[in-house]
Amino acid sequence: MSTPRKAVVARDLTRRFGDFTAVDAISFEVAQGEVFGFLGANGAGKTTAIRMLTGLLGPTSGSAEVAGHDVGREPELVKRAIGYMSQRFSLYEDLTVRENITLFAGIYGLSDLEIRRRTEDLLERLQLGPQAGSLVRSLPLGWRQKLAFSVALVHGPAVVFLDEPTGGVDPITRRQFWEMIYQAAAEGTTVFVTTHYMDEAEYCDRLSIMVDGRIAAIGTPAEVKREFDAESIEDAFVQLVRPEATP
Amino acid sequence: MTRVDVAVQGLRKSFGDTLALDGIDLEIRSGELFGFLGPDGAGKTTLLRILATLMRPDEGTARVLDRDVVRDMWELRRLVGYMPGRFSLYPDLTVEENLRFFATAFGTTVEKQYEVIAPIYRQIEPFKTRRAGALSGGMKQKLALSCALVHRPEILLLDEPTTGVDAVSRREFWDLLADMRAGGLTIVVSTPYMDEADRCDRVALVQRGRTLAIDPPGEIVARYPLPLLAVKGGDRPGLLRELRDFPHVHSAFPFGETLHYADNRTGGDPAGIAGELTAYLTKRGLPEAVVVPETPGIEDAFMLLMVTADGPDLAGGAA
Amino acid sequence: MRELLGFMTKEFHHILRDRRTLAILLLLPVAQVLLFGFAVRTDIREIRLAVVDPSPDTATIDLQSRFQGTDLFHLVRHETHTAGLQDLFQRRLIDMALVFPVDFGASLDRAGGADLLVITDTTDPNTGSARQTYARNVIDRWTRERGQASGSVRIVPQVRMDFNPTLESVNLFVPGLIAVLLTVVSALMSAITLSREKETGTLEVLLVSPLRPWQIISGKVLPYLALGFLNVVSVLVAARVVFGVPIRGSIVLLLAECLLFIVTSLALGVLMAAVTGSQRTAMIGAIMGLMMPTVLLSGMIFPVSSMPGWLQVVSHGVPGKWFLLISRGIMLKGVGIEYLWRETAILAGMTLVFLGAALRAFSPRLD
Repeated sequence: MSTPRKAVVARDLTRRFGDFTAVDAISFEVAQGEVFGFLGANGAGKTTAIRMLTGLLGPTSGSAEVAGHDVGREPELVKRAIGYMSQRFSLYEDLTVRENITLFAGIYGLSDLEIRRRTEDLLERLQLGPQAGSLVRSLPLGWRQKLAFSVALVHGPAVVFLDEPTGGVDPITRRQFWEMIYQAAAEGTTVFVTTHYMDEAEYCDRLSIMVDGRIAAIGTPAEVKREFDAESIEDAFVQLVRPEATP
Repeated sequence: MTRVDVAVQGLRKSFGDTLALDGIDLEIRSGELFGFLGPDGAGKTTLLRILATLMRPDEGTARVLDRDVVRDMWELRRLVGYMPGRFSLYPDLTVEENLRFFATAFGTTVEKQYEVIAPIYRQIEPFKTRRAGALSGGMKQKLALSCALVHRPEILLLDEPTTGVDAVSRREFWDLLADMRAGGLTIVVSTPYMDEADRCDRVALVQRGRTLAIDPPGEIVARYPLPLLAVKGGDRPGLLRELRDFPHVHSAFPFGETLHYADNRTGGDPAGIAGELTAYLTKRGLPEAVVVPETPGIEDAFMLLMVTADGPDLAGGAA
Repeated sequence: MRELLGFMTKEFHHILRDRRTLAILLLLPVAQVLLFGFAVRTDIREIRLAVVDPSPDTATIDLQSRFQGTDLFHLVRHETHTAGLQDLFQRRLIDMALVFPVDFGASLDRAGGADLLVITDTTDPNTGSARQTYARNVIDRWTRERGQASGSVRIVPQVRMDFNPTLESVNLFVPGLIAVLLTVVSALMSAITLSREKETGTLEVLLVSPLRPWQIISGKVLPYLALGFLNVVSVLVAARVVFGVPIRGSIVLLLAECLLFIVTSLALGVLMAAVTGSQRTAMIGAIMGLMMPTVLLSGMIFPVSSMPGWLQVVSHGVPGKWFLLISRGIMLKGVGIEYLWRETAILAGMTLVFLGAALRAFSPRLD
């Protein structure tokens, strides 16, 4: 499979539910190996947009390509080529660490040899060797999230989608998590991440802010701050989301 | 002499094999806006539940409004306002119906208590006939807050009210809390967001069932012992790598736009160290780095306390 | 293919590690099979017989002893006149009565033969006709052995058609249907509504209010009392109007007993919610633990008297069984509280016990 030049391309991607437009003709591009932050207020349409990009929901109009496949026409191929991790669900709590890794590796069609190899590799990298046989339930939250991220990458996807992966995690583990993100990006994986932590927005190569279903800002953190004459991404965010609150 | 509204001594609580609270001692004064700050699993929810009379401690005592949380359970329930972690109102009832139900459950009516909840309720009143399940995250929190306040409690216990809510709604929520505190209400809030600490009168940093510090945020920060510097510019992963290689490094972590470097020479001169670092980084091929002294924030303090409490296995980079 | 295998392995792990649900899934069906096997007995085990013999002679005594000599018939009453028979039938002390004429023995040798009145309780038509057949067999064998001409005993069968004149199975079925319906609606619904509060977390907010557990429970559950009552009324109306099912006794008494049974079922539902952790388990518990025993052991389909002794004892613990006796008594036999006070007292007692247990199980705290 040839590596696409752009990891994610959205062209006027739209989704309507009845007469409510959740996502209103958004267009953007994400380059391969980029860490892209996808921000927006609750209810701005982020979740719906991500669902479309991950092949879970079909667009009402417009199109998007993820890892070279059209999300509307080839959702199954999209799913094969991406990894996904969300805050609400990441791993099965009543399975052991090793079982989780093996399961997801198997689901993505890796050979037995590959599964074994990557499992050991992952356990070593995360230094989870001694806990390999423990139920995920017994791991502290921070470790669970790190493991979940690694599992999302176990089949070597071109793009990985992370939905608020660091919610509620302690500040040190949060940063370790982002170092894992950087490492994955350095190895060529495109990381598409949403977060409510505004400081994490600064860690991204580029970011976008959604308001009411449309993309209101897009660019590098520096560009966005310049455009809105803001000291921080949080300031820019507040300006966009609550224009009336800004003096 | 201000009244003490919450007095906790030697509190311990386990769930099966897990020790959730490992000996908590603290006092909360009347009219304070007090924060429990810490990650998930630190024990914040368990602590709040015990104060709300929803659970019994295994060891130790807790007194709220000068009443024992175990013995005086029914009396306390009239006086305490509680907002649990998840959204715990009825999604298939409307905003109005939810509020009315909770008013009645506490033996009062919405009309009687309107001025108490008005500043919050006014913001969601236009949606009062909408089903609670159809509200956005921020509005749900405001409704839950109104329901917790509707019976005019003497103390408010809020368990992670801003989790999962966007930055703007979080700010607005804390503005509301500040207003209520100005009116004299004692408020206890738990949150995983470090930046919210600055909005509290005092905070307790909680980690793994223990408190790392209990003080006004300014004082916690002022006690930060190490020289702190902010490093910016150029190749961030590279900067991080080189900083961690520096002989006197205590820790180096990304902090938004910049990297925070903490030197292990306690009491050292930040300006001098800045010079050292700039020279070092230039030698290592990163001349465009800019190093300036930085005032520590709550997050820096928390991370330092965490490491000290748990040992170095949590510090440093990913394996 | 590998993906599929991997997924199946995961499901096996989930199943094997959820011990509680596993127990329900494996053990309960076995219990059901055993229950079914023992409960489903349509064959007759015992027929309680009353004999009315105004003028005993060798023939009557001989025939009686022939009945007694079988394993099936048990002579429980010996009267000299028929006055008390009605009462015996209504109090379910006898299943059949043999009424000899005044000079049975002498009439046998005469040309016309003798009449023997055989009264059978056919409230349940299946068992009724079987009983008649058994009685006829005993009598025929006796006449043959005596060397009488066959047909010298003319059996005059009379059935207790007062109870079920047209032998309609729907008449029998409706009281049982009400029992099952009320069990399901009341118990299932109250179990679900309470465990749902537990699951969604709204229970936490309720608990921290001044509302006491009994208030929370009553508030959640009483609307189902009204719903259950509506169900009863609509079923009765439908049964009456569409199928002509009779209500011979007092309607007020019937409705009052229905209300009692609804409360019993609600209490059981609350108990179920208190001891289970999730809606799903509460539902399974309500269906397997309440509805199935009601269907199998209350007597609505399979007669309790045909079950082995130990199972009959178990059936005493099923509230539906007592309610069935009450409702059938009122609807089909037209009896009043004088006959049913014992069953009513038992049902009321059970209700109090369940309510007490349910309240105790509902803690005002989370732990």
